[in-house]
Amino acid sequence: METGRLRAVILALAAASAIAVLSASAISDVYTEAQRPPQTFVTHTGAVITTTGEVLDPVYQVSEVEFDPDEYLRNFEYGRVSVDGETGQTVREYVIVAEDDLVQEIAPGVFYNVWTFNGTVPGPTIRATEGDLVRITFINNGTKPHTMHFHGIHPAIMDGVFEPVGGGGGQFTYEFEAGPVGVHPYHCHIMPLEEHIIHGLYGVFIVDPKEGRAPADEMVMVLNGFDTDFDAENNFYAANTVPFYYQHHPIQIERGQLVRVYVVNMVEFDPINNLHLHGNLFYYYPTGTDRVASFYTDMITMSQTERGIMEFTYEHTGKFLFHAHKVEFSEKGWVGVFLVKDPGPGDDGEYSGDDGSGDDSDGYAATGGSSGAAWEQARDVTGPAAAYDGRGAPDGA
Amino acid sequence: MTDGGRPMAHEQGRGLSGRGSSSAGRLRVAASGAAPLALVVVLVLYVSGPGSTMLDVGVPLPEVTIERVDFVGSEILATVRNTGPIPVSIAVADVNDRIHPAAVEPDARLERYETAVVRIPFDWNVAEPYTIGITTDDGTRFEREVESAAPALRPSGEMAAFFAVIGTYVGVIPVLIGLLWLPFMRRMGRQVYVFFLAVTVGLLFFLALDSVEEAVDVSQENLAGSFNGLMLLATSVVVSFLGLFYAGERLSGSRGPGNGDRAEGGDGRTGNAASPRLAGPMAIALMISIGIGLHNFGEGLAIGAAVGLGSVAFGSFLIVGFAIHNVTEGVAIAAPLSRERVAVWKLAGLGVLAGAPAIFGGWVGGFAYSPIASVVFLGVGAGAIFQVMVVLVRWIGRGDSSANRGNARGASGGGSGLSGAPFAAGIVAGMLIMYVTSILV
Repeated sequence: METGRLRAVILALAAASAIAVLSASAISDVYTEAQRPPQTFVTHTGAVITTTGEVLDPVYQVSEVEFDPDEYLRNFEYGRVSVDGETGQTVREYVIVAEDDLVQEIAPGVFYNVWTFNGTVPGPTIRATEGDLVRITFINNGTKPHTMHFHGIHPAIMDGVFEPVGGGGGQFTYEFEAGPVGVHPYHCHIMPLEEHIIHGLYGVFIVDPKEGRAPADEMVMVLNGFDTDFDAENNFYAANTVPFYYQHHPIQIERGQLVRVYVVNMVEFDPINNLHLHGNLFYYYPTGTDRVASFYTDMITMSQTERGIMEFTYEHTGKFLFHAHKVEFSEKGWVGVFLVKDPGPGDDGEYSGDDGSGDDSDGYAATGGSSGAAWEQARDVTGPAAAYDGRGAPDGA
Repeated sequence: MTDGGRPMAHEQGRGLSGRGSSSAGRLRVAASGAAPLALVVVLVLYVSGPGSTMLDVGVPLPEVTIERVDFVGSEILATVRNTGPIPVSIAVADVNDRIHPAAVEPDARLERYETAVVRIPFDWNVAEPYTIGITTDDGTRFEREVESAAPALRPSGEMAAFFAVIGTYVGVIPVLIGLLWLPFMRRMGRQVYVFFLAVTVGLLFFLALDSVEEAVDVSQENLAGSFNGLMLLATSVVVSFLGLFYAGERLSGSRGPGNGDRAEGGDGRTGNAASPRLAGPMAIALMISIGIGLHNFGEGLAIGAAVGLGSVAFGSFLIVGFAIHNVTEGVAIAAPLSRERVAVWKLAGLGVLAGAPAIFGGWVGGFAYSPIASVVFLGVGAGAIFQVMVVLVRWIGRGDSSANRGNARGASGGGSGLSGAPFAAGIVAGMLIMYVTSILV
């Protein structure tokens, strides 16, 4: 009898301890990795946080993404130029290769299957002068059919809709006269169209007027987004693909210099996108077709593939935000900074008359009362901000 | 029933000694037992081992579960577990679908079932709802909603005292109050006594179902699918039931085999039989206390978690509801003792045993909430209560046979056992009482 009871007690204890161990292991989270040296990062509101773990920081960490928004920003492809002996027409020849099996880091730490023209999202910015003959040898190295559909004026056969180019090396030569003057998108037009666009098959086509435009610091901004989990809502937004990139790496421009931005909205799913510029207003030329500005504003709203040309000149130095004033988009990455600097010593004679400039650039940090205060405060913090600045200006400027 | 464990031990003994002519024979037995296991290992290695591409079909999808969200100072802490089939890296954190800089500790890469804490600096507002999102390296976003942000509970003397007070009000005091019906129950006739025992069965049945329901809720809301919450619950209930059943039979059955089932040996005298300390009514009361204690631990977990997760405005009203609800648990403990002489300190001990776990449950639930532990505890509690119900029903059933012999009223409607009206009425009454008082909670 005694042994029986003893056995029962032991059994009960064993059961109880098994339950206890099970619960304890469930309660306590087991950390398997050794601790790292502490790191710091700065929040949107300027707080400095120290962590022993890893920093998930889409704003301030150096990005290792393959696509370089800085390079893309001011890069224009003029093609291989020749002159037709008979007509005297300038011919610009391009080779564009489509792929659909690349996986690229479109935001720090986020990998996505991009479909690309010449390996990048957006594809190369094709630039020609009105009346030039544009000849594009299109090679589809993808697994699906793709095309290039240009917004503009061209023959039906060159519209890139009813002539799907098969994958695995299919070819098609698009040939048309560049026009009309302005900024236009090009994109794949295979159905389902949305799928081909959101994966990245789009780019910018600029047609310059024959007489040219005023000299300016020119740049291209494609406003785009990525639906990385395929729920018909964008997870990330950006100007030129990488979320928060130009906030991290401010676009450097000169005070007094005319800046011309070719802006194209390629965001899908959301009916509108918009753009707000801080500390300035800009002349806006919708589609870039008219030589007279339609608006003088700091805020434009665009639907899918709406685009235009912005022209502005900063009177003051310092950091000026530009971002979607649909703030959801800016808080998911569509935000950037213009860093306005005084012209270099060699060419500052033209612009050095403004006495207030030095005060203004200092005043930015002190006041920070604009709608971009949260972002700007982040740089007021001395310690990490210094580190950030160091990383943020890899060009050594 | 009591012999359930013995034949097994018996067979074992025979297997070892009876056939063991040589050590080679024993080895053969061991080999025959191990061979299928070894083959299973080979199978697993062949199919999934390194270099095997045979079953490389389909695309495994990553999955992370945000198990809990804490609001601390000006940070939101999300505890994230990799509950998918493949390792993942956490890439982005967001609050209400807006991306924020964050830190993940100890690191962003999570192996299967590994957890990490994502610290999102964010000036949250009390009582506002928040959705916390975590995006993995493949761009998939997972989220968890918090109905109402509340400061996370940090283990402190003050909070521990707070839960002790709540646990005392909710658990200990009501149970002790319920025990005070004992003198009243002493003066009842046999039928009223059976009625109260049946009320207890009804109460317990309700409590057990309540525990199961709570566990199902927890597993559905807070537990990733990969943990098989319902099966974890079922396993906990069965293990608890069988474990306590076996232990209970051993403890109370030490007088001899066949105790419970042998009607002729177990009428009114049972309580004074060979083992006076743990037999008969006292043993039943003790087991009821343990079962109710486990249930109250689960209740404490629920209260603590509710406070900790900020999903409940924990007002005095709720405490009153739980308190009234739990008075009935005292009745459940008192009923089997109403034919016994019991020292007051033992009675109080039973009350504390049943009620005090609410305090511990509050601590665990409030300071270290774990959905897995909750499901296990609630399942163990339900199993314990089912076991007590079985003991009680058998206890009442013995009245049947004694009544049969005694006054020959037998199975007819007026009996005082399982077939009698008091039993049925008592169970119905018990469940109704619980239902009505549960509305208060």
